[in-house]
Amino acid sequence: MAYTEEELKKELETKEYAYGFYTDIESETFPKGLNEEIVRAISEKKEEPKWMTEWRLEAFKQWQKMTEPEWANVHYAKPDFQDISYYSAPNKKPKYDSLDEVDPELLDTFKRLGISLDEQKKLAGVAVDVVMDSVSVATTFKKTLAEKGIIFCSISEAIKEHPELVKKYIGSVVPPRDNFYAALNSAVFSDGSFCYIPKGVKCPMELSTYFRINQAGTGQFERTLVIADQGSYVSYLEGCTAPSRDENQLHAAVVELIALDDAEIKYSTVQNWFPGDKEGKGGVYNFVTKRGLCERNAKISWTQVETGSAVTWKYPSCILKGDNSIGEFYSIAVTNNFQQADTGTKMVHLGKNTKSTIISKGISAGRSQNSYRGLVQIQSRAENARNFSQCDSLLMGNQCGAHTFPYIEAKNKSAQIEHEATTSKIGEDQIFYCNQRGIDTEKAIALIVNGFSKEVLNKLPMEFAVEAQKLLEISLEGSVG
Amino acid sequence: MDLTDKLLSSFIAFEDQVNVNDPVHEIRTEALKRFEKQGFPNKKLEAWKYTSLQELLATDYSIFPKSKCALEYANVRQYFLHEIETFKIVFVDGQYSSFLSETTHDGVDVCLFSAAIEKPKYKHVVDAYFNKVANQKDALTNLNTSFANEGAYIFIPKGKAPLKPIEIVHFATGATPQILLQPRNLIVLEEGAEAQIIERHQALAPIEAFTNSVTEIYAGKNVILDYYKFQNDQLTASLVDNTYIDQKEGSEVRVHTLSFGNKLVRNNLNFYQNGEHCNSVLKGVTLASERQHIDHYTLVHHAQPNCESHQDYKGVYDDRSVGVFNGKIIVDQIAQKINAFQQNNNLLINDKATINTKPQLEIFADDVRCSHGCTIGQLDEDALFYLRSRGIPEKESRALLMYAFANNVLESVKNNALERRVKQVIADKLGVRLGFDL
Repeated sequence: MAYTEEELKKELETKEYAYGFYTDIESETFPKGLNEEIVRAISEKKEEPKWMTEWRLEAFKQWQKMTEPEWANVHYAKPDFQDISYYSAPNKKPKYDSLDEVDPELLDTFKRLGISLDEQKKLAGVAVDVVMDSVSVATTFKKTLAEKGIIFCSISEAIKEHPELVKKYIGSVVPPRDNFYAALNSAVFSDGSFCYIPKGVKCPMELSTYFRINQAGTGQFERTLVIADQGSYVSYLEGCTAPSRDENQLHAAVVELIALDDAEIKYSTVQNWFPGDKEGKGGVYNFVTKRGLCERNAKISWTQVETGSAVTWKYPSCILKGDNSIGEFYSIAVTNNFQQADTGTKMVHLGKNTKSTIISKGISAGRSQNSYRGLVQIQSRAENARNFSQCDSLLMGNQCGAHTFPYIEAKNKSAQIEHEATTSKIGEDQIFYCNQRGIDTEKAIALIVNGFSKEVLNKLPMEFAVEAQKLLEISLEGSVG
Repeated sequence: MDLTDKLLSSFIAFEDQVNVNDPVHEIRTEALKRFEKQGFPNKKLEAWKYTSLQELLATDYSIFPKSKCALEYANVRQYFLHEIETFKIVFVDGQYSSFLSETTHDGVDVCLFSAAIEKPKYKHVVDAYFNKVANQKDALTNLNTSFANEGAYIFIPKGKAPLKPIEIVHFATGATPQILLQPRNLIVLEEGAEAQIIERHQALAPIEAFTNSVTEIYAGKNVILDYYKFQNDQLTASLVDNTYIDQKEGSEVRVHTLSFGNKLVRNNLNFYQNGEHCNSVLKGVTLASERQHIDHYTLVHHAQPNCESHQDYKGVYDDRSVGVFNGKIIVDQIAQKINAFQQNNNLLINDKATINTKPQLEIFADDVRCSHGCTIGQLDEDALFYLRSRGIPEKESRALLMYAFANNVLESVKNNALERRVKQVIADKLGVRLGFDL
């Protein structure tokens, strides 16, 4: 690069998230505000059965009694819940007619992430030709899934088509009264995904692959329910490495995973929402409740890569209820500029011989604050429970902060718990070593950061691992200390 | 009448005993106002999530001891480390006992807080230091401040060191079966001074003593201070110990907390590094059994660059005991080149025992090396088998392994008499006689 460091710094500082906000969405939008009528109206709009409406109303009642949590290590202007419109049907009309109309910088990012042309179109909101490959691929996928008896549809569809499953499992892991945002979500969730893998079925493809091609606008209050029946396996990916433009400031999603006996769920998230500009203005608030329940011999594995959102507040958890169940949590949280992240996990060991692993990597740059908050709880009946946690933080620049709040509670003498955490910066000697071999500083940092996060990146489905790696590079550009 | 009301009304009686025109009293009334607003901490506060004072607060404590009770030296000799080789500041039911004490004014001042407030000679020290480092936001510290009148006063001038270690011992005789004690210690070490201090609280009968102690320590430039908290009180007595340490450039302060007794112990140990090249060492051994509840809450605040801190807490929990460790390291933005280390290892011996641990880092500087580690586990079965195969009975083998576990901390105890005492207490508590010195 022919830049001097000063120039580079200047350029990168002024480089903003160019894909601002859309305004002219033609959609059916409810009036702002939240009350019982709105909740009823949402339910009606979605043609939900009576029990669902009741369930929402009950959640709404609980929500009214709750106050917004303040314990997280983040500071932000509280959203005004009466100033939000709680229903907005996504518009089907494409935003652009061809790729040429799309912001060239966005396309450049896509290119750098290595996203295929067809997908680029889809992601950028370009009209997609019907005969395009991906659609036919999607149709094939649908067929394969149906053959295996796998149900994969939107949650509103599932409420209508498979009420018995939804009724049985919804709210069973994250009850509506669980927390403020879960209650809000339960009352007003707009849509989301539902997935059921029948007994003994190994989902033949990464649902992620399907998802990327077929994913529709997910909305602000997303609800995801994944049920893996006995002995089944599924790998599921939500989100996308591509920068996501979103007009909603507040996101409060709920994800529930249920892994019955001997089942395995692998749930990966890549999140790259609008983080606000370099002054810290704007950006998405991401307040998510994610939790999984493991029955006997089941396994749930969370993999999280977070680079976006102005404020993130998220703790994907595992309840290890059944004996011999396994919970895993792998996470990379990158914060730059004024981003704030308070993320982590909860591992609740209830069954015997339960195991959990937590690997959390936090990278803070700019003026961001990055916190890890985790709970490992061994209940008194959880014989031979085993936990290993590792949280490493990397600080880039002297204006950012990294914090660790691990809670460890053990009530059984056979428990074995290890927790390690380190905080450090990129070693000058490491960078020097790279420089010496002709790798410039920017590249060297990317290399070191990738090495730092390797343990987590390795857990991602292959095609995403490559993209996520590049995403880290892009997110940290210009943060050379 | 609940304890808060009782304390508030007692304050009026307390005002009769002290000089209300003294500036110190202004600090007391201010502190009481803050306490009145805050009330006693409850479990809803993050800092008290794992420790409840409810049961203690329901007790009807006497706030002022009923009568002065004389103690025979022979009866309490066992609680001192040494007969002549230490200075002693001894309190009986909150009152100073000149008979049991051995104070000095020879170059250094080892005497009483109550005397220091009154005498003009020490006045400037009290004015300059009293309640300066203590956390005004902590309710129990404020409560102590509002009744602050008696405790140890230690002043070591520039470059001096007392000839022998200093013991601070608080006895509760049992004459008052439910007693609330609030000692207040002020310890000031000027540039280059050195000292070794051992603090102990001891009830002489199984009474419900509740001690809410505050110690303020000011370590000037290049000071070296070793402070030992030896906690082996009756299983009915409770202790909340608040220690605040202000460190200046190049000082090294080491605090060992050795917890074996008490019903409930809460150690709030706070280090504030206000100079470069400071070193703070926090070490602890905890051996809890029955229904003991032992809570270590530590804070190391690195506010200046090029400093170090080292924490190492070992805990062994048996029966229905509950152990809490909450270690917090804060590194300010200007505090570059910090090396902070924190370790907490725990052994759970019984299924009914509980450990809650929360090693916490808050870091705002980038050029730092901070790490913490924490483990919960049990004794290694292989190691146990190895010892037993060599003819050492199971109980002794277990004890040996526990010694080994705690040894990292024990070996840094610089007072031999204390080290022997601690090992003896551990052996007694584990019910073993090893027959040789460890």
